[in-house]
Amino acid sequence: MSQTLLISIVLAPLIGSIIAGLFGKKVGRVWSHRAAIAGVAIAFALSAWVLKLVVVDGQTYNAQVYQWLQAGSLSLEVGFLIDALTAMMMVVVTFVSLMVHIYTIGYMHDDDGYSRFFSYISLFTFSMLMLVMANNFMQLFFGWEAVGLVSYLLIGFWYKKPTAIYANLKAFLVNRVGDFGFILGIAGVLMYAGSLDYQQVFDFAPAISEKTMTLFAGHDWSVMSVICILLFIGAMGKSAQVPLHVWLPDSMEGPTPISALIHAATMVTAGIFMVTRMSPLFEFSETALTFVLVIGAITALFMGFLGLIQNDIKRVIAYSTLSQLGYMTVALGVSAYSAGVFHLMTHAFFKALLFLGAGSVIIAMHHEQDIRKMGGLKKYMPITYWTALIGSLALIGFPGLSGFFSKDSIIEAVHASHVAGSGFAYFAVVTGVFVTALYSFRLFFLVFHGKERFDAHGHPPHEPANVVTMPLILLAIPSIVAGYFIGPMVFGDFFGNAIMVHAEHDVLAEHAESFDGAFSFIIHGMMALPFWLAMAGVGTAYYLYLKRPDIPATLQQRFNWIYRLLDNKYGFDNFNQTVFAGGARAVGTFLWKVGDIKIIDGALVNGTAKTVGVISSLVRQVQSGYLYHYAFAMIVGLWLLLTYFVA
Amino acid sequence: MFSDFPLLSLIIWLPILGGIAVLINGDNNPWARPLSLLVSAATFVASLGLYVGFDNATYHMQFVEQVPWIASFDINYFVGIDGFSMPLIILTSFSTLLVVIAGWEVIKDRVSHYMAAFLIMEGLMIAVFSALDAILFYVFFEAMLIPLFLVIGIWGGPNRVYATIKFFLYTLFGSVFLLVALLYLRHVSGSFSILAFHDVSLSMAQQTLLFLAFLIAFAVKIPMWPVHTWLPDAHVEAPTGGSVILAAITLKIGGYGLLRFALPITPDASMALDWFVITLSLIAVVYIGLVALVQSDLKKLIAYSSIAHMGFVTLGLFIVFRIFANSATGSGAELAIEGAMVQMISHGFIAAAMFLSVGVLYDRMHTREISAYGGVINTMPVFGGFAVFFAMANAGLPGTSGFVGEFMVILAAFQADFWFAFLAATTLILGAAYTLWMIKRVMFGDVTNDQVAQLTDINQREFIMLASLAVIVLAIGLWPAPLTDVMHSSVEHLLTQISQSKL
Repeated sequence: MSQTLLISIVLAPLIGSIIAGLFGKKVGRVWSHRAAIAGVAIAFALSAWVLKLVVVDGQTYNAQVYQWLQAGSLSLEVGFLIDALTAMMMVVVTFVSLMVHIYTIGYMHDDDGYSRFFSYISLFTFSMLMLVMANNFMQLFFGWEAVGLVSYLLIGFWYKKPTAIYANLKAFLVNRVGDFGFILGIAGVLMYAGSLDYQQVFDFAPAISEKTMTLFAGHDWSVMSVICILLFIGAMGKSAQVPLHVWLPDSMEGPTPISALIHAATMVTAGIFMVTRMSPLFEFSETALTFVLVIGAITALFMGFLGLIQNDIKRVIAYSTLSQLGYMTVALGVSAYSAGVFHLMTHAFFKALLFLGAGSVIIAMHHEQDIRKMGGLKKYMPITYWTALIGSLALIGFPGLSGFFSKDSIIEAVHASHVAGSGFAYFAVVTGVFVTALYSFRLFFLVFHGKERFDAHGHPPHEPANVVTMPLILLAIPSIVAGYFIGPMVFGDFFGNAIMVHAEHDVLAEHAESFDGAFSFIIHGMMALPFWLAMAGVGTAYYLYLKRPDIPATLQQRFNWIYRLLDNKYGFDNFNQTVFAGGARAVGTFLWKVGDIKIIDGALVNGTAKTVGVISSLVRQVQSGYLYHYAFAMIVGLWLLLTYFVA
Repeated sequence: MFSDFPLLSLIIWLPILGGIAVLINGDNNPWARPLSLLVSAATFVASLGLYVGFDNATYHMQFVEQVPWIASFDINYFVGIDGFSMPLIILTSFSTLLVVIAGWEVIKDRVSHYMAAFLIMEGLMIAVFSALDAILFYVFFEAMLIPLFLVIGIWGGPNRVYATIKFFLYTLFGSVFLLVALLYLRHVSGSFSILAFHDVSLSMAQQTLLFLAFLIAFAVKIPMWPVHTWLPDAHVEAPTGGSVILAAITLKIGGYGLLRFALPITPDASMALDWFVITLSLIAVVYIGLVALVQSDLKKLIAYSSIAHMGFVTLGLFIVFRIFANSATGSGAELAIEGAMVQMISHGFIAAAMFLSVGVLYDRMHTREISAYGGVINTMPVFGGFAVFFAMANAGLPGTSGFVGEFMVILAAFQADFWFAFLAATTLILGAAYTLWMIKRVMFGDVTNDQVAQLTDINQREFIMLASLAVIVLAIGLWPAPLTDVMHSSVEHLLTQISQSKL
């Protein structure tokens, strides 16, 4: 594996982005999208080649490209670490990105910011590649924040829309709260490992795990727990875990292709990827793992409930993303990193598919996003219908589809875990299966089945252009088949040294022994509780939303307080708005008006000036200009001096 | 190769003499603008010679020139540069070039006076950074303020007299202590050479008094909380060029002064009182960050943001003692000092860019009120791109220069004390909040009023100005090594100096 190859992978989308962004006006729309797509296509092809080199030829790569900065004995570098984990991420990122690029030709066809949009999504691909390919924390943080920047630009893409520019500021700030923890974690790593290079840090992990630090007088903390929790706070921002999840639903204000790219398949997976990459650190702290597990379980269950009452097609899927990210985080918490990453991969495919399918519906509905105003679209949009069905079945974990394998391995792993909090997590992920199936098929039935509730204005909806439907088909394929890699990826040694699990945490090991192929896994799965819960969820959705649509309305009235709780999203937004946003403004105003203006300027500065003024006006009296005053003063002075010296 | 050529003097005196030439050519002379551009461009190019000819391997002063000035008092024209002053000098010559370009069409009243003030100020500021004789330093230190007072007082806004007097009184208050300290050191060391000051042994009482004198003098310049309130007023009243120089260079003289005087001359007092400076620095980051959030005037907001960013400079300079005490393995001391330096250079470029951007808007709309704007990006898309970029740099986004210094100082602060890093890192949230909220209100949204609807995008002159800054901000962010490499020897030397007790 050569450095040129790896540099080409990151630079290709960057160059595409620059052409489309800076020279978009000059080269025109067509060449903008050609440049951007070519860049990502090259990155995808070369990533696939890298995956082959890693998996088939057993190669790995870890070297610096250039020295970014040196201070004392510390060298901060830009470099790449390529192993199975990185290679897999590269392929997933560039593949989904390529699909989104192609889809965008159709979706953004009439938008004035066409070239700009291509520039942003290519820049995003570059950022994400820098993040996953990093071999050190500095570059990881670069990619981490660059992804945040591009999501800011993309959510606020329609910058005239007040909700969009509110959402992008919110997304950036919430992510910054995560990054606040993340940068402290990185600083901790540097302090205790003396380096920011992954390999050197990991080599140091056993030594760090024995150290303690004092945060508050009188109580010692394990350094590793502090570092890992701080790093995980960063992951909570990017991967939208409670309570830093609030940005993700609002980010649906951006154009639909970015929901597929950023808020489903890639950016939100950064946190999951990062924790997996840091498994040699997290393995040393059960405290941190429990923290991860509990946060993940809360997110998986409670964010799922919110999906039940949303009426915006994209928001339903957004809450499902939150819930699924919770599943991945739960997997990390029980040290089943490979299961978490496996779910990351399958989810990337089927969630991108669902979002792009939603976009296809939105085009057909002339940018109506309310599912109460849809229905019966099956006969008008067969490709969208069937691909959406595949995506939804994969999401609920229907046996044989990709999501089934990844979700079931997570549930099994949680079941086998003994880490504190695993009991609650098991309850959360199992209950979550029912909830997932319920909201997914509520959406599916309301959109594609039942009565036609839209106003077609005489033009019946139809399937959008090929550039829109082709990515749906291409994403549907891995949504079905990607699960069959379960053998090597979850139970085998696909990831090799990329993931480290201590023997006492290895919940996947016993399943690995009994695992004998994907098909027996399916058979086994069909006899287990989660499968029946999923079926019950689908059945309930069918009954409530197709057979007896009056029941949900009754339930909503009957249990109004629950509805209001969910509708307010548990009050997180109101709380943040009042306490943090309002509080910061109030404190800022107080410090400014009272601290700066009243005390410092009023009392100290102008007070001093006034005092000087008062004294000088007194002294001025003395300078009367009359000679006899001065003469008198001199005589008095002389007399005083003489008295002092003589006497 | 330049061993005998007085390059440093050329860079000091070329703009001063050029400024005088512009001045005596009289007002409304059509040559005032081109001549100023020529002089500032030539100075900038010459200053790059310092980088090219600089020897990274030594901490000794380079490009040294020494001739007697007032022989009877043993006062010398003694100049030279090291890894701390050289980048600041290039920053100065670049900023002045920008100011000349920025004032090209905007200044219509007394053009030659305006240009001359900035050129003379440039020479004086470069002289401050290169002076190695204490009296020479002091003379330039005071003299450079005169053109700045004039710039604010003549070309400033409606409340310029109040702002100028406040600025003057504040700095005068500081300077008095500095002069006394320098004279006292002359008494102790028998020389006015700053390098000789570095080697003098001083008791704790002596050091403490000297340290406080230095701190007062330079804290006003930086400015540190609570002696910062002159800055927002001065910025608000200053013309764009004045704000650029004020933010980019004048504040740096404070940081430079602490590096050149306080730390190496009074290391024991610096160590004993480090808690005090650290506390003020962290207050600057958090308190000022919150104050910046609620500003309704664009220039005040950026002025407060400057104070918060300069908090990282003083924090970086004074956490080294704790890092030594903790004997951590992460090269924290080097990170801290170099981070402070990088922060100064980076802030010079970013603050200049922010003030120039405000200038671009002010020239068109004649208001600095955030509420008067809204949806500017609709009518000024190219400018909008720059504004968002510089805002991100101001918020410390990796890949821009704004990240490098903050990152280094936060990494180092953790090695001094977790809570220092914790408070410093709040800038990630606060800096993003006040900068991007401002961007949201000014740039994004639909066009809010007729004036915004009639805005024209930046012209070629403004484009060159902003684009050159953008390139530098990006370059330092992507590859800071060429900037930090010149500092290593000087930083190591400084760390040796401050780790040896002078008692």
